[in-house]
Amino acid sequence: MADVFRALDDETRRLVLDQLATRDGQTLFEICSILAARYDVSLTRQAISQHLGVLEEAGLIRTERLGRSKYHYFTPEPLAEIARRWPTGQRTEP
Amino acid sequence: MRIELTSIFVDDQRAALDFYTGVLGFTKRHDIPLGDNFWLTVASPEVPDGPELLLEPSDHPAARAYRAALVEDGIPLVQFAVDDVDAEHARLTERGVVFTQPPTDIGTAGVAVFDDTCGNLVQIVAVKPETVAAG
Repeated sequence: MADVFRALDDETRRLVLDQLATRDGQTLFEICSILAARYDVSLTRQAISQHLGVLEEAGLIRTERLGRSKYHYFTPEPLAEIARRWPTGQRTEP
Repeated sequence: MRIELTSIFVDDQRAALDFYTGVLGFTKRHDIPLGDNFWLTVASPEVPDGPELLLEPSDHPAARAYRAALVEDGIPLVQFAVDDVDAEHARLTERGVVFTQPPTDIGTAGVAVFDDTCGNLVQIVAVKPETVAAG
């Protein structure tokens, strides 16, 4: 779980998840183009690639090769663990 | 100095000629035997005096590795201007072309990326009219 918190503690990585939540299955090129065009993120492809590596290690994204290209997919399962640990629905008044 | 010709490497020159003319709609300009290969160029019928695209054989081992790495990351090697990205996406999808990136609004332009079946990704770009003057 520590990996998940560390992975989320970065604005660029959160923007990547926002993007994939909007349209899943993007190449590195598409992720970089949209970060630059819509969010004014001017990082190198290599830097974005490293951010993707952190997200993948934390289990928040997975990659899949289709044809000759590699696509990134949002896998939100680790986030469910946060909701299980600190449920937001029911609070018992003291 | 003028840019009259630019080139991309293709896996198979004959298959590339079929795709670039038959599917994309470019016109063949030169097809001259040259050793084991051909001096093979295409151009856009919309721009009769426009630049030619040389479809060059990718037999150098470094060219293969370079192109494979770019395709893996979804990076296009060549870009063509179109009037309407959505319309081109629809037209080409209809003809079996596979897009690695669907029509995407990047602010100043609409873009999309497809596989040319010859080892490259191609980006089509429609620059929004209002941004041309400013650019």
